[in-house]
Amino acid sequence: MRGRTLVMILYLTFLMVPIYWLVNMSLKTNQEITTGLTLWPHRITFENYRTIFTDPSWYGGYINSLTYVAINTVISVGLALPAAYAFSRYRFLGDKHLFFWLLSNRMAPPAVFALPFFNLYSAVGLFDTPWAVALAHCLFNVPLAVWILEGFMSGVPREIDETAAIDGYSFPRFFVRIFMPLIASGIGVAAFFCFMFSWVELLLARTLTSVNAKPIAATMTRTVSASGMDWGLLAAAGVLTIVPGALVIWFVRNYIAKGFALGRV
Amino acid sequence: MARITLDKLAHSYKPNPSGPGDYALKEIDHVWRQGGAYALLGPSGCGKTTLLNIISGLVTPTRGRILFDDDDVTGRPTEARNIAQVFQFPVVYDTMTVRENLAFPLKNRGVARDVIRRRVDEIAGLLDLTRSLDRKASNLTADAKQKISLGRGLVRPDVAAILFDEPLTVIDPHLKWQLRSTLKELHRRLDITMIYVTHDQTEALTFADTVVVMHDGAVVQAGTPDQLFDRPAHTFVGHFIGSPGMNVLPCRVDGALATVEGHPVTLAHAYPALDAARVELGIRPEFIRLAPRGAGLPVRVRRIDDIGRARIARVELGACALSAMAPDGVALDGDEASLSLDPSRIHVYADGRLVAPAGAIA
Amino acid sequence: MTKPLDNRAWLLVVPVFAIVAFSAVLPLMTVVNYSVQDTFGNNQFFWNGVGWFKELLDPATDLGGRFFAALWRTLLFSAIILAIQVPLGIVVALSMPREGWTVALCLVLMALPLLIPWNVVGTIWQVFGRGDIGLMGWGLNRLGFDYNYNGGVIAAWFTIVLMDVWHWTSLVALLCYAGLKSIPDAYYQAARIDGASRWAVFTTIQLPKMRRVLLIAVLLRFMDSFMIYTEPFVLTGGGPGNATTFLSIDLVKIALGQFDLGKAAALSIVYNLIILAVCWVFYTVMTHAGADRGVRGDPAAGEAPDHAVPPATTIPLDRRAA
Repeated sequence: MRGRTLVMILYLTFLMVPIYWLVNMSLKTNQEITTGLTLWPHRITFENYRTIFTDPSWYGGYINSLTYVAINTVISVGLALPAAYAFSRYRFLGDKHLFFWLLSNRMAPPAVFALPFFNLYSAVGLFDTPWAVALAHCLFNVPLAVWILEGFMSGVPREIDETAAIDGYSFPRFFVRIFMPLIASGIGVAAFFCFMFSWVELLLARTLTSVNAKPIAATMTRTVSASGMDWGLLAAAGVLTIVPGALVIWFVRNYIAKGFALGRV
Repeated sequence: MARITLDKLAHSYKPNPSGPGDYALKEIDHVWRQGGAYALLGPSGCGKTTLLNIISGLVTPTRGRILFDDDDVTGRPTEARNIAQVFQFPVVYDTMTVRENLAFPLKNRGVARDVIRRRVDEIAGLLDLTRSLDRKASNLTADAKQKISLGRGLVRPDVAAILFDEPLTVIDPHLKWQLRSTLKELHRRLDITMIYVTHDQTEALTFADTVVVMHDGAVVQAGTPDQLFDRPAHTFVGHFIGSPGMNVLPCRVDGALATVEGHPVTLAHAYPALDAARVELGIRPEFIRLAPRGAGLPVRVRRIDDIGRARIARVELGACALSAMAPDGVALDGDEASLSLDPSRIHVYADGRLVAPAGAIA
Repeated sequence: MTKPLDNRAWLLVVPVFAIVAFSAVLPLMTVVNYSVQDTFGNNQFFWNGVGWFKELLDPATDLGGRFFAALWRTLLFSAIILAIQVPLGIVVALSMPREGWTVALCLVLMALPLLIPWNVVGTIWQVFGRGDIGLMGWGLNRLGFDYNYNGGVIAAWFTIVLMDVWHWTSLVALLCYAGLKSIPDAYYQAARIDGASRWAVFTTIQLPKMRRVLLIAVLLRFMDSFMIYTEPFVLTGGGPGNATTFLSIDLVKIALGQFDLGKAAALSIVYNLIILAVCWVFYTVMTHAGADRGVRGDPAAGEAPDHAVPPATTIPLDRRAA
């Protein structure tokens, strides 16, 4: 019993210390950071955060990131819903191969796609818009959403579909009014993972944007200035990129185990 | 081999139980005879499984003691008691063969290899598992898996009692009957105490010599199936056992005469004056005869159900609903009918508990 | 269990097919196109056949040597990552509290690193490991270690591995935890009655029941560590020298740094084929791992139903293959 608690405490400490260090730095002045190591900010300053919230080139990055993440989540889940239904309910020509092919895209290295995406989205005029990043992230998020939703849908007995058909529901009405509420937690889990993978990815997001749609994570490289690194500002920006993820986790904390129980991440 | 005694046993899942409402098990005193076949019967949530887990040591009771013969085992962990348990869902070790599954409890206790081998072969023969001994346990059907769980208990030579927690829940109906007779057969041959938890009265009544009925965390009656049928000690037992269950009618009792809904009912014995909030009269439908309008209690017939072996009339006596046997060929005049009750089969209950007639030995 | 055959189901799949094809097939065609051509700039391309592939797969050439060095580096990295994260993840999952508010707290804290943008992960460790302003670098130097991830190969690898363990072990742990949660209590009770030791409970109950989620964890961790780019790029930029130049980093260097499109394209294709092959092996193994469970139609014979998770969990992955 005590051994287990000890392992857990050690592990969580290991996870939290680097994050604490970032938070710690974000509340210090650059002078305090560079003059000597202090375990906690001796003179707390919110100046770094104020810079971020008042400079549009900083907070614009957040808006850009959240925009393409939201677009991507909506597209991924929206398109995956009917497809997952097809996979969970019917056999059709080439279904197994199609499923494997979809999944294999989840495993494709973004580095392979960086350059061709750059060409592709430049050609169609979407370069440097949130849409480019949102569509690019569909490459791995759509297959993922299909996979997760298919698992949840297969857990719903097919008799429900048949009963609804007998009761005179048209297919779209059945799907929206009856079926989707039944797999609501599955939709939540799928949306969570789409959010997560779109939010943390940077290689494609950076390649497909230059100025207007630059994600926050890429904006952080700006902290290198003539007078050296602005460490405090860098740390504050880093802390702020952790916040949306932390909020999302907090809201779905009771579903985390369930989502992972699917074993379908 | 042991007699199991529950001495003032009570259990609460709350850390600091205050009132009786906090107790999952109210105080229980009971003795399980060595070699008996018991059924622990009661609706879901009445505390059967808690009681079973206390006996097997998976749960430590809040108060009271458990004795195996004269040995106090209350504080002892499961592995130190000679108890085997079969669960609702078959538990087999997936990666092992049937043989390894059966050998597992002996191996864990460091028994010599040739002894294990002999013992496993013997038990497999008893359970008709010999042919699948070298198959993977995970590939067997549910009833074979339940036999393996049972076998892991039987394989231990010292086992004092085997506890069954609704073991037939996931078994196909036609195999249920077969597995139950295997259990009965094993009980006859092996002189082991068996305690069988179920909420199904047919299962309980066919398996057990003694049925222990639980209600709301307490044992309300323990007896043979006949006793439970003929003399339910509690209105709950009367109602729970039998189909349909006993009729329970609010009444007033005055000596040997009861009054139900303003109608007099003659009793076989005289009763002392009853000082209770609730006095009721209980009689099974089997002992009520439905007749065309005439002498007896005047009732209105609501409907008649044909349940195959008999016909049950659902009738109303004033505001009370009750069931009665409808003999074949009884001609009714509209929905009017009358009932005659067999006085020797009428019991009187005060606050739910059976009342002994005046002068009788309780 | 058999699903009706209906090719109209394709209509429901078309949108997904279209968008993934748009994102995957078109770029791949570009890549294939590049991989068989050479250019001297000015958008003038010449047919080069399999020339790039020959060069790439011949360790004697400049490109081939570079490719194989990066490939072995990446494989070594994946091996180290799996060897650490899988056992550690299992231990952490087994150490999770059983109930109470601490469960939610542990879950939230554990999931936190998973939702940090990958370059921020790199940044966190870049800062944390610096000798002047980072707690770890400062601490290690004070303890007498000569630690500098920009200077020493060992230090660079140590930091990258530690960063990845920090970043991803929770994923393995959460998967294992979910697998453990789906084991009904009766198994543990039966094991106690059978007198099984703690170790026997682990090997006979917990490990077999976690097999499927563990396979998925190994697959995901292998794939993601094999494709790792952002975190080491931020932390070390592939250095010192080429010590931490993994395949992805090398690929981006060739493609976006040198604009050597033919070489990069050939490398992309080989890289993708390796991943596809590994993916296929796992898919097959997983399909078989599922197959020796639900062989019979008898639902009772399989797993005991678990009320904590949706029924989807008990449905093996192999229905499509069955």
